[in-house]
Order: sequence, then C-alpha cells, then structure tokens
Amino acid sequence: MKVKLIAFGIAKDILQKRTQEIEITDGSSIAILKSQLMEQYPSFEKLKSLKFAVDESYQEEEYILNDGAEVVIIPPVSGG
Amino acid sequence: MLSAHEIQKFSRHLKLPDFGLAQQQKLKDAKVLVVGAGGLGSPVLQYLTASGVGTIGIVEFDKIELSNLQRQVLYNEADVGFPKIQKAAESISKQNPELTIHLHEMQLQNENAIEIISQYDLVIDGSDNFPTRYLVNDACVLTAKPLVYGSVYRYEGQVSVFNALLDNGERSCNYRDLFPEPPPPELAPNCAEGGVLGVLPGVIGCLQVNEAIKLITGIGEALINKILIVDLQELLFRSFVIKKNDAIKIEELIDYEQFCNHSLAKAGSNNNSMSGEIKEITVQELKQWRDEGKDFQLIDVRETYEYDVCHLDGELIPLADLVMNEPKIAKDKDVVVHCRSGARSAAAINQIQQIYGLENLYNLKGGILAWSAEIDPSVPQY
Repeated sequence: MKVKLIAFGIAKDILQKRTQEIEITDGSSIAILKSQLMEQYPSFEKLKSLKFAVDESYQEEEYILNDGAEVVIIPPVSGG
Repeated sequence: MLSAHEIQKFSRHLKLPDFGLAQQQKLKDAKVLVVGAGGLGSPVLQYLTASGVGTIGIVEFDKIELSNLQRQVLYNEADVGFPKIQKAAESISKQNPELTIHLHEMQLQNENAIEIISQYDLVIDGSDNFPTRYLVNDACVLTAKPLVYGSVYRYEGQVSVFNALLDNGERSCNYRDLFPEPPPPELAPNCAEGGVLGVLPGVIGCLQVNEAIKLITGIGEALINKILIVDLQELLFRSFVIKKNDAIKIEELIDYEQFCNHSLAKAGSNNNSMSGEIKEITVQELKQWRDEGKDFQLIDVRETYEYDVCHLDGELIPLADLVMNEPKIAKDKDVVVHCRSGARSAAAINQIQQIYGLENLYNLKGGILAWSAEIDPSVPQY
C-alpha cells in the first residue's frame, strides 16, 4: 500500500520535499513507517521521538496505517 | 468600568456580534505576560495593547540589533543598541496611555519563572529557544495558567493554546504532550541560523493575540488540544488534534539547558568514541595556519545562502549533508570545521567523531562572526 507523507520544518529538509508517497507493507504501524524512514534517510534517526499525525489527528506508534493515509510530520521549531 | 473615552476607543469591538461591554471589560481586567519582545513579541504587544488588555508584562533582556528590524516591527533604526524592553514599553504606552505595564528585564529562569508567571492570568510565548519554551510551559502547568504558544522557522509557523481550563475542570494538552523531547540541537536551527521571512512572526503573533482574546473574553473557539501549522510559501493553514500523553508528569522545574542538549549527549553515549571532547582553534590560530601555508582542509557546514553572504573559502558541506559526505573529509591532515557562530560546527564534529571516530577535526571558535570581528572586518556579520 502507499501512504502520503507531509513533512514540515527540519523533516522537510531531511526528506528534501514537502510531500511524497511511500510504499509500505499492508497493515504497517507508525513504528514500522518510522524504521523504514530511518533506513532511507539516516538523519531521520534524530527525529524518531517525534509523534506523527495521521489524517488530522496525532496517533501513537502502534497505530495501524490505512492505504492512502496522510501522515504528517511536524518537528518542533523554536524561533520567535 | 470603562470610561466614555474607552467606550469610544473600543467602539468597533463593541459593535461586533457576541462582543460587548462585558467582553471589553474582561480585556481591561486581564493581566497578560508576554515572554520575548522579538519577532512574535512585536505584533503580540502591539495588538494586545490595541485590543484594550489592561495589564501587560514583558520579559526581555536583549538589545535591538539591525538584523531584528526586518520582522520586529516595534523598533526602528534609531533604536538599534537600546534595550528592547525599554523601546517596547515606550511604544505601547503611547499606543494606550491607560495600559499598566510591568517590565521584567531579565532572562526567564527557574529561579524567577514561577514568581513572575503567578502575577498574570495568561502567558503568551514569543521566546526563541527550546530551554525557555519548555520552562514557560512547565511553569504555566505548575501555576495553572493558560499558555498561548507560537513559534516560527523560515516560512513555517505553529500556534496552539496549552494548559487551558476545560469544562470538566481538567487542563488541556501542553507543549510536552505534543513534543515530549526537544530535537537535538543540530536539528533545531534558530532564526539567526535558519532564516525567517519577516512577515511570518507577524502572522503567527497576530494569531496568538487572537487566541488570547478568545480565551479572555470567552468568545469563539480557542485552539485547545489542537496545533495549527502555517506555511506562507504555499499559504497553507492546517490544524491537527493533539492528545494527552499520560507518561508526562510535570511536578517541578528541571534543568532545561541540560534537557535540551541531552539528545546529543545521549547519542554520544552509544559508543566509546570521545564524544563531547572537541578540539578547537581560534580565528587567530586559523590565520596563523594560513599565513604559514600549513596544509589543512577548511569545511564550512553552513547553508548555501549563507555561503553566498560571506565565506572563508572553505569547502561547503551543509550540516544536514555532512554525514553522507564523510568521504570528502580529509583523513591525512588537520580539518577545521566552521559555521556562523561555532555551534553548528561543534555539533558537526561531535557527530562525525561519534560515527567515524575521526581525531583530526578542529572547531573554529566563534565561527565566521569571530573572523569578522577579529581578523577581517570586511566579512559581513549576519
């Protein structure tokens, strides 16, 4: 199945674009998506404690993703 | 009671549906603390004042710099070098002579945060670093004060309302429910390193005041248990529902400097390399190496646009790309790594030492800013 990643802040820099589709095994959880991202983008390791939002709500690591899910990555930013 | 003068001044509020004398009186009675009088603090202070909030406290200890003016619209060129808090207070007291202003010209710290925040009904965070943001959050939780959060990075901003009192008597989500841990410092550039579009803190600061007005007057629906993400390049506004993290318990203030650097330290403890021990050279030593014709490599870990502003003829490898460009780092001679101020290059060396165990790396103390100040003033400071 495919999920659509939307990355903000430094996550956008690491993935090098705002949105991209990721092919992932059916029934994968957020945790599995994270480990796949860390393999593809070693710098993502640094953001592994981040929570992801799926379809407008933050979800936990064990949350099972559906085909076509929109996964949003929002790292904290500190500027003021 | 509002005076006839005030009724006239705020008449456009009073004509609004859902808004009336009672709401305007609530604004007048409200005591709001603004942490930081910079990019976010500027519009926050101006619009809070204009809205008729009766008491405003400001926490700020910086002086106005030329590079602030592109976004910190409270100040002008004649103010450069003056304390921000002084110029901010002068400006907003002219804007509303009835305003009561409390100045806290100091850095918010564990020793004073609870005492200061306790004096107010609501806090607006316009600070510019993670340790202060976590401190403000935790102090608001401990003193049971609602917190209007805003932060900016390049073209993106975030807004939320934390620790608001809910109808069931409980408090809404706070910063730590959303971000239990700060990112490692090398992945958390500030405005000086990462840049910021001048209008962005204007947009985000106005949204923060909007949330504050809603919380104070009770009109509308505040951004509680949600975070709003704004991107000005795509003009995108999206909000996401956040949830309580039961694992997080805030019972006392902690060492926030240590907390916000811990990820780096933790990463270093994964193996036995000499993490944390970084060799340094001064700009004078670098000049000497050059004058002597010493064979060494100079690596610049800043971004391309920073290199375009000024450079020391180093080899440009931005921090985010450094690990995958490890083959470009010389192994047979000394390597000097530099950035703007010395912070990113230190993080870069730490990373490379941990992963590849190199021992020939030197951090340029004070970065290109020190080079400009002490060796070559024709190199612009930015």
